[in-house]
Amino acid sequence: MTPIVSADVAVVGAGPAGLAAAVAAAESGAAVVLVDAGAQPGGQFWRHRPETVAPEQDGRGHHGWPTYLDLRARFDAARGRGRITYLPGLQVWMAQQIHPVQGDDGGFTLRTTPTAAVAALEASVGSQTVVARRLVLGPGGYDRQLPVPGWDLPGVMAAGGIQAFIKANGILPGQRFVIAGTGPFLLPVAANIAEAGGKVLAVLESSSPTAWLPHLRAAAGVPEKALEGAEYAAVFARHRVPYRTRTIVTEVLGTDHVSGVKTAKVDAGGRVRPGTERVYEDVDVVGFGWGFTPQMELPLSFGIQTRLDADGSLVGVVDERQQSSVPGLFLAGEVTGVGGATLAVLEGLAAGTAAAGGTVSPEKTAARHRRFAEAMHLAHPVPPAWQDWLAPETIVCRCEEVTARQLTDARESLGARDARTLKSFTRAGMGWCQGRVCGFAAACLGAGPGSAPTVESLSGSAKRPLAAPVGIGELAALETSDN
Amino acid sequence: MSTHSSGETWSVNTQGAVNVSFDGRPLVAVPGQNIGAALVSNGITAWRSTRKNARPRGLFCGIGVCFDCLVTVDGEANQRACLVEVQEGMEIEGSCADRGGRA
Repeated sequence: MTPIVSADVAVVGAGPAGLAAAVAAAESGAAVVLVDAGAQPGGQFWRHRPETVAPEQDGRGHHGWPTYLDLRARFDAARGRGRITYLPGLQVWMAQQIHPVQGDDGGFTLRTTPTAAVAALEASVGSQTVVARRLVLGPGGYDRQLPVPGWDLPGVMAAGGIQAFIKANGILPGQRFVIAGTGPFLLPVAANIAEAGGKVLAVLESSSPTAWLPHLRAAAGVPEKALEGAEYAAVFARHRVPYRTRTIVTEVLGTDHVSGVKTAKVDAGGRVRPGTERVYEDVDVVGFGWGFTPQMELPLSFGIQTRLDADGSLVGVVDERQQSSVPGLFLAGEVTGVGGATLAVLEGLAAGTAAAGGTVSPEKTAARHRRFAEAMHLAHPVPPAWQDWLAPETIVCRCEEVTARQLTDARESLGARDARTLKSFTRAGMGWCQGRVCGFAAACLGAGPGSAPTVESLSGSAKRPLAAPVGIGELAALETSDN
Repeated sequence: MSTHSSGETWSVNTQGAVNVSFDGRPLVAVPGQNIGAALVSNGITAWRSTRKNARPRGLFCGIGVCFDCLVTVDGEANQRACLVEVQEGMEIEGSCADRGGRA
């Protein structure tokens, strides 16, 4: 039988939100268990080289590293006092609510499985079942992708994947890069590549700086973002990185690997302006990022109330204590709206304190960061006309190799207008990644040209019966242990 | 499969070496690297081909979400190369159907 670990508060995720939540809950007196897929704390944002081989890290290429070091010191201290049980290298594949019965207010059960089934992996501790009265979910998010012809060639990566590669390994995944998509996150990715010695041929931003004009008040509320922007501008100037706005990649070129990209200028709606096409040759890595998709399968498995955020992402509804519509279930970070690490830390601190029964006072800083995030989303939208960039044979679902034509045919001739129906007709989203990569794009294609997906369509795509791939043995063990 | 040389190192002490194999061929990796980084820095950028169209795949999301980078590690199939750290003596296998899994 799988070992059971009990606590007052369980936290999922050791990134900015989860780490802050675990620390706050422990400092409020709760016994905490922290489950994380990674081998060491930090999540994607503070991903760093393995501490086993690089114990001293200078935080180069990171933002908010002092915040990480502070949280990490408090985390280590709480572990030392026995207040936090840390379970790294484990993914939650099923989360369930224990319904309240008389004299007991219920709780939550998390079933976990090792991130990698490799015995040599030092952090691996084997499957555990976690039981806790309160649960804080801080699972973060990943790069949102829009398919474009050639995006399945090796050498094409998620912008965040390039960033993670550099942070985790200290080397570059290639030499000559083009970074494209939308949003401020493209800047630190390109800056890190340039600082690490790579050549950034161009950063292509589909939006335009003028898109920020209606939102200057919100931007001014978070002056440190302007400072951060100035740092990137300096790096770009030093390394001569061209930053081209209202520009997209229309096609990734190559046969078995990226060799170049075709680009074009677009209008405010994302329609390609004829005669503006250009080719970049001798490119070996292309990074795409169109904002982020919050990791919603665990929150959704509890049937929480959701909404569409300003960026079109499906997110959880929370109150001022970060509590979801399910009592005792708290959410922090990107799953309540993509807003970056500073906001995620503030939300994590509030969620952890509240989950431990402490008092949470309304946060003015968090409110400012939320307004900034909303302005950022409105200034860097997914271009409404992006579906026009697809060729009929462009792969949309990389796992099951489903083309744009198959999806639009299913919409037009079979009436499949939401991601779930499209999935059953075409298999898009049925492969290994379970629609994490193509889910947003497929939902857009179901909605039709120029339309954005609904809450229902995005929920259908993000509901996953198993939140992580799991061996048949663990399913069998589940049956035995519940009998 | 395509081979491309990797970028240069960035303030990293690359002393020490981890010896692994990829499809039987010896590779030298840097301690602490994940398998994906070890392959890419040895010029191997694709190590799996898709079921339907036999298209090459390597790293994509880089953080364990997309499952594009699956490899077999010491006989354990379907491991994400971007998440597993290299260990001395590790036997890594790709699955390139049409090319015998060779880079």
